[in-house]
Amino acid sequence: METMVQRVQRALQDAALGRAVWRTTDGMRSNRRRAVDAVDDWEAKRERARQIRAHTIAHLDYYLAQLAQRVRALGGHVYFAETAGDAVQYVLEVARRHRVRTVVKSKSMVSEEIELNAHLAAHGITAVETDLGEYIVQLAGERPSHLIAPAMHKDRQQIAALFSQVAGEPLPTDAATLNGFARRTLRRTFLEADMGITGCNFAVAETGTLVLVTNEGNGRMVTTLPRVQVTLMGMERVVPTLDDLDALLDVLARSATGQKMSSYTTLTHGPRRPGEPDGPEELHLVIVDNGRSQMLGTEFQEALHCIRCSACQNVCPVFQHVGGHAYGWVYGGPIGAVITPLLRDIRQWGELADASSLCGACTAVCPVKIPLHDLLIGLRRESERHGQAPRRFRQAFGVWRRLMSDARRWERGLKLLQIMQRPFVHGGRLRWAPPPIDQWLAHRELPALAPQSFRQWWRAERGG
Amino acid sequence: MFTRFAARRSGKGGGAVRVSLFITCLLDAFYPQVGRAAVELLERLGVQVDFPMAQTCCGQPAFNSGFHDEARAVATTLLDAFANSEYVVAPSGSCVAMIRHYFPRLFAGTPRAADAQALAQRTYELCEFIVERLNTTDLGAEFPARVTYHPSCHATRGLGIKEAPLKLLRAVRGLELVDLPYAEDCCGFGGTFAVKFADLSAAMGVRKVENALSTGADVLTGLDMSCLMHLQGLIGRQGRGPRVLHVVEILNSRGGAA
Repeated sequence: METMVQRVQRALQDAALGRAVWRTTDGMRSNRRRAVDAVDDWEAKRERARQIRAHTIAHLDYYLAQLAQRVRALGGHVYFAETAGDAVQYVLEVARRHRVRTVVKSKSMVSEEIELNAHLAAHGITAVETDLGEYIVQLAGERPSHLIAPAMHKDRQQIAALFSQVAGEPLPTDAATLNGFARRTLRRTFLEADMGITGCNFAVAETGTLVLVTNEGNGRMVTTLPRVQVTLMGMERVVPTLDDLDALLDVLARSATGQKMSSYTTLTHGPRRPGEPDGPEELHLVIVDNGRSQMLGTEFQEALHCIRCSACQNVCPVFQHVGGHAYGWVYGGPIGAVITPLLRDIRQWGELADASSLCGACTAVCPVKIPLHDLLIGLRRESERHGQAPRRFRQAFGVWRRLMSDARRWERGLKLLQIMQRPFVHGGRLRWAPPPIDQWLAHRELPALAPQSFRQWWRAERGG
Repeated sequence: MFTRFAARRSGKGGGAVRVSLFITCLLDAFYPQVGRAAVELLERLGVQVDFPMAQTCCGQPAFNSGFHDEARAVATTLLDAFANSEYVVAPSGSCVAMIRHYFPRLFAGTPRAADAQALAQRTYELCEFIVERLNTTDLGAEFPARVTYHPSCHATRGLGIKEAPLKLLRAVRGLELVDLPYAEDCCGFGGTFAVKFADLSAAMGVRKVENALSTGADVLTGLDMSCLMHLQGLIGRQGRGPRVLHVVEILNSRGGAA
């Protein structure tokens, strides 16, 4: 498998990707800024949201049990999936029982995690993504590159090319034509589908309400038209009460798209009841762990507070340069760099935590105040403990420790380095440096060590 | 004369304010002129400056890379060097953020935990110290040039130092301060990030340099020399971009260019 460094290099060479990602994220962060500046108690809203999330995650077992009980009381089925495989098997079993041929989906990052579409296809079931961006990446055979704008790495020309293949004729690149084409194509699929699968932004424990936030209305069609409805939910998505939901929807919409409220906030309560005109005959809530519970009780527990707003992605200078695919799995940006090694294997994915300048822009915008850049430092320490830090860095910091843990040794070492560097100095700059500093010189000049260090000057002038 | 008086007045016990300078390993080895400017500036303000020789480095390079044992071994030199200091002042936002935010965590549960807490509470970034502790903004500097300021991440987001350096720069005679577009975006330095993801780090830096160029500024300044070393290195390699100076070099200048 490619390393993060290699994926980043590839992304940096893709000029169209760079332009598209910058344009989208820069627009989204300005919208967020405006929406946040429009309220005078933003910090209070953030703090309230943080407290709700902290309380819920600290009592996750209690609220999940309450949620399951309420959903069942409403006539829904609830399944706790410990692994991705368990979740997939459950969905396949429901589909088999109902002889499902076609599935319509509303955006779900959990379904990406468990690679549900591929498993459905392997069993002869066609799954069609109905979120416009998600539809685009599905046609391209890719994964979403952003939490809420999954096709933001593509420009209009690329999208027109994908749609033209489906249409069997070249389509113009204007947004109205492309949207119209997707709408007509998807509309047919909605009417054919036997099963709807959605994600879940929040699930309210006290009422059993499943909440879906979209801006296209497709979520509403997926939850009402097909006979069978499956909601996939990360186990951390629960909120205690409708009041709490209100507080979280407020910070979510502002942080995500800069809206006061998303265009469609769909609240569903169980399957269709007698006398109701629409809604599914059967509702299944699949609550997915897939590594999440391993974070409970650790210093990384706060990562479960995330409400997937994407604000951290939109302000992250790394993400703004390379987009989400460079992170190699489902989740990109600062939150992706934190949860990917935790959900999967730190020995393989720990390098994601290195892909950050620790600038803290993510932490500053997080609506639930997750200290993302501190969690990245913690993950780097865990990687080092697992022996995953690159050997040259281990060696370099071994030498560094020896040199810098005693000021007299540092002063002697500095004097020696001042002499040793002479053959490599030209015009006050170093022309060569050993690894890993050679990587610095690949892009930038490096000044030579000063002939007289500050401490040498102080000793000479002030007598130490 | 007034500033000298101000410094004395705000000190404990009526005498001159005593400051121990934490010079940082980077300035010590590569940019001693910035350290000397800091000494001159503080002394002109009537501050009594000392430089405890036992100091080396705050340990941040290792800490941020996950090598916390190594970081602790090196950071201990600061606990020893500044054990008796009244104030510790460093011309760096990043190193001060390391001490203030991460020393208490790094030493938690060790015999030096209390020392780390105490040091965190009496350590200041230089501009912050001058504006907030010495209550001074006009340092009598003169620097006729168009200048733009890069607010480095650890200073602004890490320490909340936003206005202090700007207040000091605005008071410099002849200096025209121009806004840097996307000022709070990271420059891409990031410590070992600069060599682990060298291409990406450089791409982020190039964007910062382009923004600086768009202001028409003669000089790009900031209070973190590590970020500035990265930007200066890129500008040098590209052969275009403003001159790069640490803010202390500007604040210590007396007419003409620094």
